[in-house]
Amino acid sequence: MSATAVDIAADVRAGRRSALDVVEVALAAIAARDGELNAFNTVTADQARAAAAGIDARVVAGEDVGPLAGVPVALKDNLCTRGVPTTCSSKILAGWKPPYDATVVGRLLAAGAIMVGKTNLDEFAMGSSTENSAFGPTRNPHDPTKVPGGSSGGSAAAVAAGFVPLSLGSDTGGSIRQPAALCGVVGLKPTYGRVSRYGLVAFASSLDQIGPFAATVADAAACYDAIAGWDAFDSTSIPEPLEPTSAALGRGVQGLRVGVVSEMTSDAMGIAPDVLARVREAADALAAAGATVTEVSIPACVYGLSAYYLIAPAEASSNLARFDGVRFGLRVDAPTTAEMQRATRTAGFGPEVKRRIMLGTYALSAGYYDAYYGKAQRVRRLILEDFERAYGEVDVLLSPTSPTTAFPLGAKTTDPLTMYLNDVCTIPSNLAGHPALSVPFGTGSDGLPVGVQLMGPALSEALLFQVGAVLEASRS
Amino acid sequence: MPARISRDDVAHVARLALLELTEDELERYTEQLGAILEHAEDVAALDLGDVVPLAHPLPLHNVFRDDEPGAALDRDEVLAEAPAAESGRFRVPAILGEEP
Repeated sequence: MSATAVDIAADVRAGRRSALDVVEVALAAIAARDGELNAFNTVTADQARAAAAGIDARVVAGEDVGPLAGVPVALKDNLCTRGVPTTCSSKILAGWKPPYDATVVGRLLAAGAIMVGKTNLDEFAMGSSTENSAFGPTRNPHDPTKVPGGSSGGSAAAVAAGFVPLSLGSDTGGSIRQPAALCGVVGLKPTYGRVSRYGLVAFASSLDQIGPFAATVADAAACYDAIAGWDAFDSTSIPEPLEPTSAALGRGVQGLRVGVVSEMTSDAMGIAPDVLARVREAADALAAAGATVTEVSIPACVYGLSAYYLIAPAEASSNLARFDGVRFGLRVDAPTTAEMQRATRTAGFGPEVKRRIMLGTYALSAGYYDAYYGKAQRVRRLILEDFERAYGEVDVLLSPTSPTTAFPLGAKTTDPLTMYLNDVCTIPSNLAGHPALSVPFGTGSDGLPVGVQLMGPALSEALLFQVGAVLEASRS
Repeated sequence: MPARISRDDVAHVARLALLELTEDELERYTEQLGAILEHAEDVAALDLGDVVPLAHPLPLHNVFRDDEPGAALDRDEVLAEAPAAESGRFRVPAILGEEP
């Protein structure tokens, strides 16, 4: 789909184009190529056509149909959609139809957007390649022999392939930004608490955030504006009022202070030379547009990966206890409840999910709690303090999003630790709860997309979009 | 610094997490979890006694809602998605007489 979400909504609202026509174009594109890419777990064609017809009727009736009127959207399959299967790409939830919509789903639909389907992910959002899926891997639209990144690989691929202009993902350690980078699209992880998590199947509750994928910064901003804001159904929701971020686009970067994170541009982090070169060019582009660029150190971020892979599995081991064959999803029959629960979880969870549940159970167990989980929580404090110090000196931070461009399917599936290293630049923002944006910035030596990451203090989404728009404009 | 995770440790956490492992899986997970925890030794080895642990990025405080009746999930819709239900409740296999 070549039209942007902003343009589609303007046309549909003005009656220049029917929402049904827009949806048919999206469904045709999905039918033509998703057999190859496997971005979708479920395509909700009939429901989408009915919703589009409803929007068109309301336009004719002269109603305000919302800022995203007629825009086809794809939703990561860990976001609850009432009556529509929500699987988390896991056998344990195959076929489960939630009895309610996630808050973000309700808000997108209220803004006039039209759900066309649910997208593939690494099972329960645990992974960086969308290969840990019970429904097979998603492939990168730029090169189908490569992964799209993960865990929100289906949502990233759906936008990159032009199926939809907007999609939603979730980001616990980089699961929006890394696939956005590998697929050449824009991806935002908002400030923790800015977007309601109600109806997001929990992975690590103190780290999870929902955010948008889009082909342009302006579309990502429009989507964020539609989903963000306080929600009574999420007790960690931030009450501060929300200013529309779309208004910040076009303000430029004159006089802004940009810090390049020295740890994330050093050899020690294993960043590929071609990716580093794009980050340097992005810094130059911002300087040319009037920003002051300096090097800034976040010393504790080198411990981020280790801290994350103790904290996130610990929280996951607790969150995933709810999948026990009693209330929803798979049940493997056995004579007693305890045997049924063991058999269900053993058959229902894939290898990476089991690995993280056991790792988290171990990190929380008596005798190891202080050495692992306790230490990781202290590192988390150090990282937050390092960021806060940095934001006293600069307005935003710049780094690579992912250490490399998209890698071949199967390349990192045998060694979990190698896969985890993909998240080295994205994890610190989750630990701090801060927002971060990945913006496409050229290609690597293999011709595949490179993303650069902009990070800012809590509630700085508008600023990140503002700077991202300058990077975007410098490439076109 | 904690000792490297053993095969018995992995069998123990698998039991706690209600997972059954084959001998092959036990072997493989012991090796993989060992490698991940070895990477985490950079954190475990830090001396951070005076740093206050951070469990959550936001300053947390209790949130109460008004004590007013509101909409709840539809019972029939919820039970329709359960593996087994009876008389408006979730149905499970025997829970009495099994090992704790």
